[in-house]
Amino acid sequence: MGKRSAALVGFTEWAPQRQWDRPMFGLEACAALAAEALEDAGIEKGAVDGLVSGGLQDSPLFSPLALAEYLGIQTHFSEQVDIGGASSAGMIWRAAAAIEVGLCDTVLVLVPSTPPPPESGGEGRKMVMPPYLGGDAWGSPQSVFDIPYGLVAAAPSFALVATAYMDKYDVRPEQLAKIAVDERNSALKNPKAVFKDKPITVEDVLASPMVADPVRLLEMVMPCFGGGAVVVTNAERAKRANHRPVFVSGYGEFVSHKTVTYMQDLTVTPAKPAADQAFAMAGATRDAIDVCSFYDCFTITVLATLEDTGFVKKGQGGPWVAEHDLSFAGDFPLNTHGGQLGMGQGGAAGGLSHVIDATTQLQGRAGDRQVAKADAAYVTGVGGLMASNVGLVLEGA
Amino acid sequence: MRVEQPYAENGRPVPRRTPTSAPYLDAAREGRLHLQKCPRDGFFFYPRTRCPECLGDDWSWADTNGRGRVHSYTVDRVGLDPAQRERLPLVVAIVELDEGPRLTTNIVGCAPEDVKVGLPVEATFEDLGPETLVLFQPAS
Repeated sequence: MGKRSAALVGFTEWAPQRQWDRPMFGLEACAALAAEALEDAGIEKGAVDGLVSGGLQDSPLFSPLALAEYLGIQTHFSEQVDIGGASSAGMIWRAAAAIEVGLCDTVLVLVPSTPPPPESGGEGRKMVMPPYLGGDAWGSPQSVFDIPYGLVAAAPSFALVATAYMDKYDVRPEQLAKIAVDERNSALKNPKAVFKDKPITVEDVLASPMVADPVRLLEMVMPCFGGGAVVVTNAERAKRANHRPVFVSGYGEFVSHKTVTYMQDLTVTPAKPAADQAFAMAGATRDAIDVCSFYDCFTITVLATLEDTGFVKKGQGGPWVAEHDLSFAGDFPLNTHGGQLGMGQGGAAGGLSHVIDATTQLQGRAGDRQVAKADAAYVTGVGGLMASNVGLVLEGA
Repeated sequence: MRVEQPYAENGRPVPRRTPTSAPYLDAAREGRLHLQKCPRDGFFFYPRTRCPECLGDDWSWADTNGRGRVHSYTVDRVGLDPAQRERLPLVVAIVELDEGPRLTTNIVGCAPEDVKVGLPVEATFEDLGPETLVLFQPAS
């Protein structure tokens, strides 16, 4: 279909855990992730000349420099991506683009999300999301206009989108709930999923506590620790890697706001312009896609993404979901790893889980949940409060 | 992680005043909803040094009529900010003002079940001590 100059060739992924018993600094996690991903790809560390990561708590400034030093890697491309949950997918296209323009040949995408060792010593710790997401900083508009009104964390923002959606279109609670159920059915086949032993029904979802109307507890991800890494390399080196190369054949990105209040239309998400850009670049139609992996912080995110990426007609997502099986075994395989809803959100690595899910399928490594035909995939990342979106068209060699 | 948000004596988070937001907060203390208005693009929110449409700096401050409609809403049932737990259930809403801009607020003066998209509302003000919140209630 589209571009064939940069490919995902290997990865590693740590099972998300609410309680993490092996505390380590971000730099330490990156070193372990790098070693594992390179081994999986069959690529020598010496070949790496690009590093992309998110922020590192232990290196709040100049983190790409600290990373190069700690890993003993000299880079022609060093990037820190900060567009919320879309960051991981954004890292992949930035790595591919850097390879395409000839800036570098092999990029390590590193997304650690582990708790640091406590200064006072001691054991692991439980994941707690900071509710203000940085909005309490001096000078942040959120600290004046949002936090005092309780627009904090993520749930109320996505709930505001869900309310607008349900007001405008025929979307019923049981239809949204079914998204969580279908994803859970895939999670049951993923040994790394935090909910691998817990099947659920639509009734279970609807009976779970209301958190922020209309969002219920089982429609939200569980925040966890975790980590992941992906190796991206040029087409030539990809031929000699351990697994089927997965080309980054098209990509798109769109950012329009941070706080949901300022989203132009609550029922049209940044997934639309990102997808239009990505599919145009890949020269691909939606029909060519075998597997989707959509960022799924909430069920409404998946419903809106199905529509805005062009797979389902606008406004038809509710009835459509009711009529299709989204599990790995179904007619529209979506988030075959169980999604973040079923796997747990391994911090920032939750976004990377979708890249790894699609790559796993395209490389034929999904085991019990392998989709029969898996040659092309579409992956999304969603960041901020329905504020940023990255779309990736991935294609097996 | 260190939290920088200021809190009122009763534990509620208060707006963190900046030089740019001061006229808005001062007007709220006097019971007025006061926004910036660009001569080309009209009212905008939140307060900025430049108009978000044209980046012009020739805006002026003007009162609005304090009325609008609920654009969307949710009800926090669990206290996603623990500092808000005594206010539960808390209706967190986006209100679109008659003048056009949208803002984040809470709907008070009615049961959460009576809040609907499109509900006409009017501004009401709550003194937190250090600062004043701009809330909305069903229009009279």
